[in-house]
Amino acid sequence: MKFLSLFFWLACAVLEFSAPSRAYGHGFAGARFFPATLTTDDPFVADEFSLATVSSIVTPDNGGTRDTEIGSDIALRITPKWDIEFGESFIILNPSQGKATNGFSNLSIGSKYEFFESDEHETVVSLGLGVDVGGTGGRSVGADSFSTWAPGIFFGKGFGDLPNEVRFLKPFAITGQLGVAIPTSASTRTITVNAQTGERDIEIEQHPDVLEWGFALEYSVIYLQSQVQDMHLPAPIDRLIPLVEFAMETPLNRGPLGPTTGTINPGIIWSGKYFQVGAEAVIPINEHTGNDVGFIAQLHFYLDDLFPHSIGRPLFGGNK
Amino acid sequence: MKGIILLPIFVVGLARLEAHAFLERADPGVGSTIQTSPSEVRIRFTENIEPAVSSIQVFDASGKEVDKRDLHLDRSDHALLHISLPPLGVGTYKVTWRVVSVDTHVTNGDFTFRVVR
Repeated sequence: MKFLSLFFWLACAVLEFSAPSRAYGHGFAGARFFPATLTTDDPFVADEFSLATVSSIVTPDNGGTRDTEIGSDIALRITPKWDIEFGESFIILNPSQGKATNGFSNLSIGSKYEFFESDEHETVVSLGLGVDVGGTGGRSVGADSFSTWAPGIFFGKGFGDLPNEVRFLKPFAITGQLGVAIPTSASTRTITVNAQTGERDIEIEQHPDVLEWGFALEYSVIYLQSQVQDMHLPAPIDRLIPLVEFAMETPLNRGPLGPTTGTINPGIIWSGKYFQVGAEAVIPINEHTGNDVGFIAQLHFYLDDLFPHSIGRPLFGGNK
Repeated sequence: MKGIILLPIFVVGLARLEAHAFLERADPGVGSTIQTSPSEVRIRFTENIEPAVSSIQVFDASGKEVDKRDLHLDRSDHALLHISLPPLGVGTYKVTWRVVSVDTHVTNGDFTFRVVR
């Protein structure tokens, strides 16, 4: 398997060094560059690779459990407007009482289609469909035995079309998502037998459809410097994008409706030529989400800039 | 383990690859106010540029193009584009640019500068 990986990436490098062609970038709408956000999904169809997304937060499960996840995601364009995405995480659960467990999450597969773009108004809208493939992850870390489908709509809007009177607001932009996670199993029944009495207990866990919604509000120093006012800011400040992400989940059905859970994540992204690094605090919105501030950090590569002639370009359709 | 395999390839790639061309600096500066009419607009990008398929235009406040349409690449710096200007009167001018970097990534943008006396 290691040799296959090595061969794959070497092949990409060879293609990179030899093929004359053309590619179009991701995360742009007109003059606006949008970075890849860490918690919420963005609307861009892209060739990108998150080598590592590391997060940690204490959840209320079992009286308090530290949930640490190390994830990796890759997105590759099929056409200039359509991509396919894969993601996987390694999860470490460390309860305050009891033994720590670890294992892989379910494999996630997704696809996105960008159906609207306005360069003038720095706007992009996409439709996406994702699936967590049931049974591909570890039961010990809570990976479901059933699949969950998640159609959604994604948007991005830069504020560069604001009037010049408020030009210092132009570097603001917002991206967001709205979708529904639909489990393929409405409930799970767990039967336990009391060893002493022989009685059977049946526990039924409901799996509601969940509204997944969130957005990221960001301020691009890159945009400020190149489009609004050169403030002569030095590196690395001139490539920073401070942002706040809001990632929420609201159960929609099946039993008493639970509360909305989610986090508010203030942080910062530094975007370079070929990659970005980002870090955010993860602040639970209520006790149902958690009681402690966590963190998330990510190293993310722009494959279209690294390999514009091989894996960093659409498989079909080539140019935009 | 996969990361260990990938990183050297990325590093090798970085040695020669180009990326999206961002505006690095401009003269007159982005959003600047200047006292005298500039003889040209210079924009330096973060990547080398293909001048044949790139453009810079300068417009006055009425939307009339005022540049001399002689866009050219700097002889010693292939990330630096020049376009000449006639003497400009007092007012606000808009510079729009669209460039293709040598690896064919396309980027665009615009900014203004102001001439005062």
